[in-house]
Amino acid sequence: MSFPWAEHYEPKTEFGRWIDQRLPLPRLVHGAIGGGYPVPRNLNYFWNFGVLAGFALVVQIVTGIILAMHYAASGAIAFDSVEHIMRDVNSGWLLRYAHANGASFFFIVVYLHIFRGLYYGSYKPPREVVWMLGVVIFLLMMATAFMGYVLPWGQMSFWGAKVITGLFSAIPIVGEPIQTWLLGGFAPDDAALNRFFSLHYLLPFVIAGVIILHIWSLHIPGSSNPTGVEVKGPQDTLPFHPYYTAKDGFGLGVFLVIFSLVVFFAPNALGHPDNYIPANPMSTPAHIVPEWYFWPFYAILRAFTVDFLFIPAKLWGVLAMFASILLLFFLPWLDSSPVRSGNYRPKFKMFFWILMLDVLILGYCGGAPAAEPFVRISQFAAAYYFLHFLVILPILSRIERPLPLPNSISESVLGVSAQPAE
Amino acid sequence: MIRFGSVVIGLVFVLTLLWAAFTPREAATPDVVKQFHLHPKELHLASDGPFGRFDRQQLQRGFQVYKEVCSACHSMRHVAIRSLTDLGFTEAEVKALAKQFTVPSVDPNTGEPSTRPGIPADHFPSPYANEIAARAANNNALPPDLSLITKARHEGPAYVYSLLTGYQDVPANLPAENRPGTGLHYNPYFANLNLAMPAPLGADQVTYADGTKATVDQMAKDVTAFLVWTAEPKLENRHRTGLGVLIFLLITTVLAYMAYRTVWAREKH
Repeated sequence: MSFPWAEHYEPKTEFGRWIDQRLPLPRLVHGAIGGGYPVPRNLNYFWNFGVLAGFALVVQIVTGIILAMHYAASGAIAFDSVEHIMRDVNSGWLLRYAHANGASFFFIVVYLHIFRGLYYGSYKPPREVVWMLGVVIFLLMMATAFMGYVLPWGQMSFWGAKVITGLFSAIPIVGEPIQTWLLGGFAPDDAALNRFFSLHYLLPFVIAGVIILHIWSLHIPGSSNPTGVEVKGPQDTLPFHPYYTAKDGFGLGVFLVIFSLVVFFAPNALGHPDNYIPANPMSTPAHIVPEWYFWPFYAILRAFTVDFLFIPAKLWGVLAMFASILLLFFLPWLDSSPVRSGNYRPKFKMFFWILMLDVLILGYCGGAPAAEPFVRISQFAAAYYFLHFLVILPILSRIERPLPLPNSISESVLGVSAQPAE
Repeated sequence: MIRFGSVVIGLVFVLTLLWAAFTPREAATPDVVKQFHLHPKELHLASDGPFGRFDRQQLQRGFQVYKEVCSACHSMRHVAIRSLTDLGFTEAEVKALAKQFTVPSVDPNTGEPSTRPGIPADHFPSPYANEIAARAANNNALPPDLSLITKARHEGPAYVYSLLTGYQDVPANLPAENRPGTGLHYNPYFANLNLAMPAPLGADQVTYADGTKATVDQMAKDVTAFLVWTAEPKLENRHRTGLGVLIFLLITTVLAYMAYRTVWAREKH
């Protein structure tokens, strides 16, 4: 912890002192999420979503481990074993609906967490590594979610697996062998299902590990805040516990209410009916669509419809789809403006909201059938996506005149007239 | 350097996309099927909505329709006979019902394939031994398993009800290539308008024990209600649990909010 005024850990009991000299775990917790972590006092509700994402991961791991006790990863009985969970396992329907919708809610809170980071410039120095580890978590989540969606072995599971592994076949020369190697065969079958199950069980724990690194690297500079002005003294911060544990407790309650509404009263609203049809390699669904959280990227993939510069359309789509996520790794250097918060960057703010609208349009097109006008709309929308990150941000951050920043967090909270306590 | 490279890469992507966007499209051919295809009719069932409960009388009537009509061709392999107690049948009644089914078995003395009367632990037996037999008996069409049908179609219950009651005469202006071929039947609620299943229900096809008049509409509604149950047998449990969980969470959230305000009461933020 880099703040000298952070509350020091003092074991209060005999046992506390004893364990502190042998395994200082309480000290670690105190410094990480206890009274020993000073946090800017002006965080708004957008700062709740990191904790909520961590909670969503725990929900997925707990429900997932129990589901795995009843699930069978074999093409012949995978679908039936899921129905067995729904009908015969005690509260199995609750476990499965919580797990399936839990994935959606994990993405909802992570997208809001990313939104917060993009708007308030959380990716800027000195938090570049925090941001990049976040992008790693996002990529791992996408891989985990994709493989999890294959496990029920319905029609969308099967054809989704075929389409997504088929992306690798766009790579010249080695593409087809790579696809065969990934699937363990020429089409998704037992070999693919088993390895997806194995990796689907492994990756959440890798995510948990990267989250530890994410939080570790966050705690070096400390949390950012809505003004984007760095913490200058003790008057700017409050201890994480009890202030932000209390606020996160309320946020968690709201999250659980919304989550429960979906799990108990609309558990199939976010899914696709075709996944209640057992996988059938002989029958292709009319529209193959991934889960909603992949739609913007799916739209970018499908937006490339013509061969250009001797590169086939399919390869363009695959390159662009991966580029659309990987470019986030470079964001701290693409946007070189020293001002973090979008609140003080009027032009950035305008382009930022256009980008948000753009991503929603891409999402809508990604879920729609691959026909006009959606293809053409997604072509313009995908063009803006790349234009925003790769052209507008680097130029804008050079020429933009930001608004004056408050001198300190406490000044912005208490009003300009207040004098910082020196 | 990163910024220069990014601008170049960005412009290449933008150029490619704009090139694609301004490439002329082939003239779209109007989709004839879309002109004739109909959206499912409205259907209201007791199980609808957040407080929905099954109408057990209706489920029993629907089960009768399935058993006497649908089960001739359609399997129901995810549903165990024992779960019929959910419909309001007693254990003794379910045992008696189970005996009416003949399930595949193995002769304990010779090891030869044979059959035996069903027991409650069995799942509903399938009408055909396998897919080949099913197709051979149905003009190469495969009657789908009905266990999950109301969850496996968009607006499933309304779709099933509309399909069962939606057979019509072929419209005079339907182009020749969209007209039903041999063994197919015109139904505008089906995706490609031509369904292999002939209209399965006729007036008074079953005789309801509770005296309800067995019109086609009534039977279609009843069997749809039954198929909602087969697809989601834990629906009532889910609604009941959900209500309790929500009440608990709302109280907890209000308490959490009050705790949050109390903790922050003396801090400006």
